Parts: sequence; structure tokens; C-alpha cells
Amino acid sequence: MATREAGVIGALLLNPPLASIQGAIEFIFTPQTSNVTGGKTVGGIDQVIELTLSQLELTVFALALSLVVAMPIGLYLGHRGTGELFATVIGNAGRAIPELALIAFMAALIGVGVLNLTIALAVLGIPPLLTNAFVGIHQVDRAAVDAARGMGMTEFEILRKVEIPLAIPTLFAGIRSATIAIVATATIAPIAGVLTLGDFIINQNVYGDNGVLAGAILVALLALTLEFGLASLQRRLTSKGLKLKPA
Amino acid sequence: MANGVLLAATGEVGKGFIQERSSDTLPCQATDKLFCWEWASEHIDRYATPTLQHLELVAISVLIGFIVAFTLALLAHRHHWLQPPLLAGTGVLYTIPSVAFFFLLLPLTGRGEDTAIIALSAYTLQIIFRNTMVGFANVPKAVVDAARGMGQTDRQILWRVELPLATPEIFAGLQVATVSTVAIATLAAFAGGGGLGEPILKGGISFKTNLIIAGGIAFLIAVILGLVLFAVQRFLTPWQRARQA
Repeated sequence: MATREAGVIGALLLNPPLASIQGAIEFIFTPQTSNVTGGKTVGGIDQVIELTLSQLELTVFALALSLVVAMPIGLYLGHRGTGELFATVIGNAGRAIPELALIAFMAALIGVGVLNLTIALAVLGIPPLLTNAFVGIHQVDRAAVDAARGMGMTEFEILRKVEIPLAIPTLFAGIRSATIAIVATATIAPIAGVLTLGDFIINQNVYGDNGVLAGAILVALLALTLEFGLASLQRRLTSKGLKLKPA
Repeated sequence: MANGVLLAATGEVGKGFIQERSSDTLPCQATDKLFCWEWASEHIDRYATPTLQHLELVAISVLIGFIVAFTLALLAHRHHWLQPPLLAGTGVLYTIPSVAFFFLLLPLTGRGEDTAIIALSAYTLQIIFRNTMVGFANVPKAVVDAARGMGQTDRQILWRVELPLATPEIFAGLQVATVSTVAIATLAAFAGGGGLGEPILKGGISFKTNLIIAGGIAFLIAVILGLVLFAVQRFLTPWQRARQA
């Protein structure tokens, strides 16, 4: 143990980390030889695609789970106008959860793997979804709701046809926060046994400094792509909803 | 610190932090208890340094973030055309996952505390900037007109009327930014920035007591700082309480 550490520190002193954008881009597109995998190559577009898909898959699973848990509760409480304290406390407490400790603890408690990480990541998605669902529905103009009720809509119709369309911007803000929190934290999934793009970042000794920088660039691009994608989806849904409303 | 990263990286987690100092912790790990009180009471002192480092990371990052975001907000308040680009720019910084951010800075600033502080403060910009702008936007137009009618200059209106009235929103932003930064600062250990993430990375995922203590301290710091900032905001804006009563 001690000799290996000494070796690593010595290597770092002799060859200070010299990651470069060019090196990182090369790493993304062409496999590189690594000195710890015994001649096997690392990086390259195939591995990049594989890890990107794995991170996306984890994000989608976790987001789906958190939507299933948080949306019904948030929408129900918002519609009833009760449980404001509950929604606020959940939202604030959710922000205080240290991601690294959560992932590590869930892995320790229920083992490593996709299912367990999905649950751990969903825990991070639930607070913003629940709080925004509550706030979005709750702040819908009561006059619009009363009008809908006067037209003979059932409570469920009011929620589906009046409150949700009017709350779309807030609901989507919650979905975006949850997605970003989940995809960002999915980066550290390799510590709990699921390989994502974060593997490039965390396993510096396998992928080298160019791999680390490549991983950081790819993770940043993935998060930004999701954010911009959801933002444009939100614009579409919003305008449609508001156009449909008067009809 | 490179040591901790490498341990986690090569999958040899569960060693180092726990075992290097005392072998008497082994039975505790072996029994796979959820929380090992004896170990905790004997070794709680080793969390002191990471906790202090964590507080330092958060304090410096939020302070820098606040100064930058607040200045940008004042600029955008005076020159409205700056608002969309600043919102978009801080939004991009906010969206980049912090682990990625730490390592994007790697070629520029290397591993260490500076890198962590830059990334963490960049993360707070969006929250504080947006909340400050919302605070300004919520100031009633009539109040500003009244102040102008009393002969106040733009500068006086800003410092005596608009800023005090925007305090609740500004503080809400500061609160959210602080609480989030406490949580995210656990990831600074990946970049060699220390903090409470370090015992987690070094201890690995097999020793739950360590995870609960380190994670618990971080969670408590976040909750306490959140409540303190809330109390300060209530103290600074007594008229809000009067309105509610």
C-alpha cells in the first residue's frame, strides 16, 4: 500500500497533471492506451456513448420514480390548498441532503446497483418536484377554479383542464431542477457500482488527466443539453396550454 | 488527498481513513451495524478538521458568490438590457454539475481548495442573482415614485427604498444558496478540496457509521445555517412580521 502511494505521489511530482482540451477531445473520439489496464484501451467514442446512455438511463429511471412519488402528492396538496408547511419543509430539507453521503449511505444500506441508485437519486428529485407542484397548483387564480367548478367540472377535471395547464411553468421549473440534480449526482454513481460518465472523472488513474477533463466536458454537455431540451419543451407545452384554454 | 481519491477510484474503498489509525474498529465494521456508538464516541474528534474545512469552503464560496451576484444584480438593475444575458450565463454555470465543474477547472487551477471554491461560488450566482432581481421587481412602483417625489436621487432610492424592500427575496436567495452549497461541498473532496466529503471518500461505502456521521454533520450544518439566515431575515425586516400579525 505504502509503496504504491509513494509511487503515485512520485509520478505526480515528476509528471504534473497536464490535461489539455486537445487531449480530452482526442480521448473522446479515439481509444487511448492506459498504463493500468494491462494494454487494454480506454476512452473512444464507443465507451463515451455507452457511459452517456448509462447515465441517461439512470437519470430517466430516477426522474420517473420521483415523478410517480412526488407529483400526485404535490398536485393533491396544491389542489386542496393544504399542507403548505409539509411542502415547504420537504423542499428545504431536500436541498440540505449531502449528495455524496446519500449515495454512499444508500449503497451501504441496500447494496450497489442500478435499482438502488435509482432510489437514491429519486430522493434528490422528489423535493423540487413536490414543492413546485404544490406551489404551482396552489397559486392558480381561485376565480378560474371557481368558474370551472361553476361550469360543472369535477375536481379531477379542474385539476387536469384548469390548474395543471396554468401551472405548467412552475411544474416544469420543478422538473428541470429535479433533472439537473439527478443527472449531476448520477455523475458520482460509479462509487456505488454503476458506471456513468463520472467514471472518467473519478478513475483518474485509469483514464488519465485527459480522460478526467473529457469526462467533465461530457457531463457538463449532457446536463446543459437536458436543461435546454426541457426548457424548449416547456415553451412548447406552455404556449399550447394557454392557447387551448380559451377554446 | 490524492490518496483518498485513488482509494475510491481503484475500488479499494473501506480502507485508509478507518483502518490506518486503529485496528479496534474492525469488529464494528465486521458486525455490519447501522450505527456503531462506541466507534463514534471514540473517533468523533477526527471529524473536527473536515467540519471546519467544510464551513470554510461554504463561507468563502457563498461570500464570493454573494458579492459577485449582488454586484451583477445592481448592474442589471441599472442597465436592464444586461438581465437576459446575465440570467442565461449564470444559468449555464448553475446547470453544470459541480463534480464536472471541479475538473473543468483542473487544467487552470489544479486540484485543491481554490478549485472547489471557484466552482462552488459559481454555482451560487444564479440563485442569488435571480432572487435579487425578483426582489427589485417586487418593489411597488408607487413607493419608488413617492421617494422620487420626496426628492431622493436614484442612489438614495436604491439604498434607502429598493434594497430594504427587496431584503426578504435577497435573503431567501442567500439562504437557498448557502444550504445548497453545504450539501454540494461534500463533493469538493473529489477535487482535493477537503471538507466532509473527504471522510466519506476515504472511508468508502462499507462503513455506515462513518457515512452517517459525516453526512449527518453536513445535513445539520445546512439546516442550522438555513434557520439562522431565516432568523436574520426576520430580524432585518420587522415590517413583514407586522403585516402578517
